[in-house]
Amino acid sequence: MTATPDLLATLDTPFIIGEREFRSRLMVGTGKYASNAQMIAAIEASGAEVVTVSVRRVDLDRSKDEGILHHLDPQRFMLLANTAGCFSADDTIRYARLARAAGFNEWVKLEVIGDQQTLLPDAAATIEATRVLAAEGFKVMAYTNDDLISALRLEDAGAVCVMPLASPIGSGLGMLNEFAIRTIKHRLGVPVIVDAGVGTASDAAIVMEQGVDGVLMNTGIAAATDPVRMATAMRLAVDAGRLAYLAGRMPKREVAVPSSPTTGMLDR
Amino acid sequence: MPNEPPATIFRRMTTPLVHEPSTIALTVNGDKRTIAAGTSLSAYLASLKLDPRLVVIEHNREILRDRDAYPSIVLGAGDNLEIVHFVGGG
Repeated sequence: MTATPDLLATLDTPFIIGEREFRSRLMVGTGKYASNAQMIAAIEASGAEVVTVSVRRVDLDRSKDEGILHHLDPQRFMLLANTAGCFSADDTIRYARLARAAGFNEWVKLEVIGDQQTLLPDAAATIEATRVLAAEGFKVMAYTNDDLISALRLEDAGAVCVMPLASPIGSGLGMLNEFAIRTIKHRLGVPVIVDAGVGTASDAAIVMEQGVDGVLMNTGIAAATDPVRMATAMRLAVDAGRLAYLAGRMPKREVAVPSSPTTGMLDR
Repeated sequence: MPNEPPATIFRRMTTPLVHEPSTIALTVNGDKRTIAAGTSLSAYLASLKLDPRLVVIEHNREILRDRDAYPSIVLGAGDNLEIVHFVGGG
């Protein structure tokens, strides 16, 4: 059904962030699934190696969830803790430190939200938190706006990759500013992973066609009617978009150019 | 000095009886909780049926990175504990 990983490996370049090589350019979240079984099935279908998780209080009365580590094997997946829900640099740093104390890795998907309604990131606070955490040895993957200057500042602050949004978290609006994403990719030395806003497979392909290194999504898969099918579609779309980028698309023209010979026609 | 009473009896007669409180109050994940005085962190986690490997503890705003230290940490009155774990998220 799909190109084998071996074939892809010969067609693609290695995907490396912070000196670690990753096998999939698609990273996925673990929120919003109807059940843990569905989440696992969707993650497996996505082929993702990196899966994001959030840090929250344990429910002491044990009436609700029992924690995602009962379902996700940290040996099989790289757990990437996020700081979702944090609205200040201090809170974000606290959550990142808690996540690291879980003992799995030094990586954190840093997000500092600046506005409740749009969930758009607070770039200044993100830069501040990145600087602190990078100095503590964290490998910071910094979620940010599709803004070149914020992205450059995050790289300067020590982020191992920068994660501009395609569109707001959970919106499913797809890529709103291809120019901004391409500009960020052209100018940054660290990898660029587009995070948030992908709603369907074509969105994922368009993201990857901009030349970015990867894409992270959650709701686009989890909120699909059939998350396992959508996860498969996303995996194919990410590969397709990546290969299309590497292949180099034909130039766009405002006029038609025939594909068949114009000579040798009958009765001319 | 054979006529002096034994020291223990002397103390009992002169020192007012101090009642060691049998329980203490602390805050756990924002809720007031009462536990037996002298409870260690590892014993408290066990009473909550929590696997120490699957949670992270912040004790009075200090993140505990050494799980081997849990048995020697005795919870005190007024302590603030945050017990967190990983849940699904993007």
